[in-house]
Amino acid sequence: MSSAAVSNKKGFGATLWDYLTTVDHKKLGVMYLFAGTLFFAIAGLEALLMRIQLMIPNSDFVSAGTFNELLTMHGTTMLFLAATPLLFGFMNAVVPLQIGARDVAFPFLNSLGFWLFFLGALFLHLSFFLGGAPDAGWTNYASLALYSPGHGIDFYVLGLQISGAGTLISGINFIVTIITMRAPGMTFMRMPLFTWTSLISSALILFAFPPLTVGLFLMLVDRMFEANFFDHTMGGNTVIWEHLFWIFGHPEVYILVLPAFGLFSEIIPVFARKRLFGYSSMVFATILIGFLGFMVWAHHMFTTGLGATANAIFAVATMAIAVPTGMKVFNWIMTIWGGSVKVTVPMLYALGFIPSFVAGGVTGVMQAAAPLDYQLHDSYFIVAHFHYVIVGGIVTAIFGSMHFYWPIMFNRALSEKLGVLTFWIFFTGFHLTFFLQHFLGLMGMPRRVFTYQANQGWDLFNFISSIGAIMMAIGVILLVINIIITAKSKPLNCRDYWGDGRSLEWAIQTPVPFYNFKQTPLVRGYDPYWLEKHDGNEEGMVYAEPLGDIHMPNNSILPLIMSIGTFIAAFGALYHPDGKAWAIPVLILGLAITVGAMIVRSVKDDLGFHVHVEEVIATEEHLYGKGGNK
Amino acid sequence: MMKGLKKWRLFSLLAVMTVFLSACGEDYLTTLKPTGAVGKEQFNLLLFSITIMALVVIVVSVLYLYAFMKARRSKLGEDYMPKQVEGSHTLEVIWTVIPIILLLILAVPTLISTYKFADVKAMDEVNEEGNKTALTVNVTAKLYWWEFEYPEQGIVTAQELVVPTGEKVYFNLKAADVKHSFWIPAVGGKMDTNVENVNKFYLQFDEESEGLEQGVFYGKCAELCGPSHALMDFKVKVLDRDGFDNWVAAMQATEGQTASAESADLGEQTFANSCLMCHAVSGVGASGAMGPNLTTFGDRNRVAGVLEHTEESIEKWVSDPESIKPGNLMTGKYGELSDEEISAVADYIMGLSIEE
Repeated sequence: MSSAAVSNKKGFGATLWDYLTTVDHKKLGVMYLFAGTLFFAIAGLEALLMRIQLMIPNSDFVSAGTFNELLTMHGTTMLFLAATPLLFGFMNAVVPLQIGARDVAFPFLNSLGFWLFFLGALFLHLSFFLGGAPDAGWTNYASLALYSPGHGIDFYVLGLQISGAGTLISGINFIVTIITMRAPGMTFMRMPLFTWTSLISSALILFAFPPLTVGLFLMLVDRMFEANFFDHTMGGNTVIWEHLFWIFGHPEVYILVLPAFGLFSEIIPVFARKRLFGYSSMVFATILIGFLGFMVWAHHMFTTGLGATANAIFAVATMAIAVPTGMKVFNWIMTIWGGSVKVTVPMLYALGFIPSFVAGGVTGVMQAAAPLDYQLHDSYFIVAHFHYVIVGGIVTAIFGSMHFYWPIMFNRALSEKLGVLTFWIFFTGFHLTFFLQHFLGLMGMPRRVFTYQANQGWDLFNFISSIGAIMMAIGVILLVINIIITAKSKPLNCRDYWGDGRSLEWAIQTPVPFYNFKQTPLVRGYDPYWLEKHDGNEEGMVYAEPLGDIHMPNNSILPLIMSIGTFIAAFGALYHPDGKAWAIPVLILGLAITVGAMIVRSVKDDLGFHVHVEEVIATEEHLYGKGGNK
Repeated sequence: MMKGLKKWRLFSLLAVMTVFLSACGEDYLTTLKPTGAVGKEQFNLLLFSITIMALVVIVVSVLYLYAFMKARRSKLGEDYMPKQVEGSHTLEVIWTVIPIILLLILAVPTLISTYKFADVKAMDEVNEEGNKTALTVNVTAKLYWWEFEYPEQGIVTAQELVVPTGEKVYFNLKAADVKHSFWIPAVGGKMDTNVENVNKFYLQFDEESEGLEQGVFYGKCAELCGPSHALMDFKVKVLDRDGFDNWVAAMQATEGQTASAESADLGEQTFANSCLMCHAVSGVGASGAMGPNLTTFGDRNRVAGVLEHTEESIEKWVSDPESIKPGNLMTGKYGELSDEEISAVADYIMGLSIEE
């Protein structure tokens, strides 16, 4: 795509092979983006089916069992397989450019992370066709999960184990990339906020995913070999699962929302034409949120019966998170204050984000008050709260950033007109759907109900809520149409598409060459591109090195093969409890493929290749005409 | 003109108020019109926190709208170059300290109530005769129904909790199969019924349920527990102390009551042959039954927790429970019954009553 090298005309097979083997962070970013959008659409459809079911009381549009599958897959897919990859897409596409790197620290692992995520997600979704999807909620509480018949829960456990490994690998990769691959002069306190939030979010992944892995593994052996970690009749304990899940699950929310904060911290200064207000306190707030994010998991368990002291401590700790989050909100407002705000589509999403997220934040503080949470917990109030945070905070960030970064990622611009229409339909639908759900919860409606009896005072609000959901669906369809139309539009071939770019990614002319920077840039301050631009430097960069040979990594099919190995092994593990004779051989075969690929990777030297100066000059001339990237 | 405008304002205010009031929900179910001390305290905390949070939202919104309105490029002109400000320490301190103060204010009632609601010491207090002074109910949540045992009184019932007004009622909560959560929204917050341990808490019921639309409060299961989670309702009948004592005495008087297979009544006969092994018809006993105790069935408000309280509903339920509560544990436990037998059983069950 945008980074296609000199040979532009490639057959379909060659292009496919290119994407299957690529280790280029820009292509992987695109792949994350499309895979994430696919799963976002699937999970959105699941949500729509649920809202249609709940539109009227005593509806029989879907059965009770199906509804539980839908609610489980909606939550699981949205968090693990839509929001996470979409944000990874932007991290891949943008972070290396922002820090002036040619690629991530471990390009091979980057590819492995993607394929593990994708095949894990695929495995999980096959459950729909192989005897039923998981149905114990995305939280998969142990007593219900162990009771659940069929293979649904096994698909959940194995699918998340595989895709979780991918996420963990990608997280580690970004930590190392951001710490070690920064261009000369790009000190920590000059890093753009999106890079900062990606770093902290990756650190959270590093600490939060292992507890999930442990929990899933215990659940796996419980279901495969009757290990009884969670079976209370055999001395197990289900509350342990709740702890393991939420020690992962709460940081997971911050893993997603921090990059979203970062994206808005990029969008707002560009369209306010003003430096991000209070940069250092924004960085401090990010770190503090990441730290506190690990101290609050038990607020999901206030009604589990942990006792007054545990509830009191976690209540106060949870309230504390509001302070750094509030700092961020005020800093965004102060960035707008006295600026020159241009209301483009990305800025529209940012402007919609601030009040929506504040609304979601304050209901979070209300639920931090443990005695009040006894009423709010597991009611529709909490459903409203976390959708305000996730849709109002994360989804708006993703949609806004799609418009914002499309020029860099694809050398095309999404339609502004269609974008504005999409925003208003989606945004109105969002508030229509979720605002009234606060009241449904307060009126006594529990969450995760497949139906409700008429005349309990819930009929009207549920109906309105479903109308809102339909509007959100229309919004998403318009966005997809926008993407399709844009694919056929003319390439931009420009630099700094929005005109007020500040960080390094805007200094590169699109399409971005596969090696990113022909010479590593020298960073002379915060907002380097803005700095150079206003110093009258037309190139937008000063360089830390002369034009020379560029060392790049080789493509490899091995990450895909390793991931396919785990995919096959998962089927063996899944069917082993059924007593199938082929289960163990399949498990061994799958693991053998993975380990085999790892051995090949270890013994075969892969030192990458050099792009020689003449090739760099030729590429630049091919992409930008005579004179190259000027 | 002005008068017309004022009227219009009044009208719109009324319209908003109507929507707002309708947003309070039904008396027997909503948390917004609580009728017990616990629920009231939680409601006050709700109002208190909403007030603080509304203040925050208003301040943020005003700042945000003002900043945005003043900073529009369409107003300032395409070439306007804003001053590049780094930040302000004074402002940072202000918006760090003020939220901390607000949260500390919120934390005080939060902590007080947290400890207060967890105080169940009175459960074990005894009078001079060694009897417990407080009423305790052992709640067992089972796949899609609730069992209520009164250990001191030696009685047990199901699906309809009966409690007296004006005193703290203590609950021992446990699940028999998977995790559920015990919630009576109009009276107070919920607590989970775990599978491995007993959770304890108390509620207080201030208002008799007789005046309510259906004479009962609604109780809900709040934790996903399988396909019929949504249908796992129970009801709460709140009586004054005398009424409650009478109810207990009437329950205790059902000791030894059973259905006879030799009965001339086809309903009782069928019940004895097909239902009695799971469903008791005597209110004396302890928890641990396979199916809901039916001693007071005729006095109840719903069939199977959700259906209308009629014989037709019982017939519908007994003929095919799976179609009404998917995943229930009754389906297939009692063999084939003829329509005649089902109808007779419905008639028999409906006659089970301890109230005059």
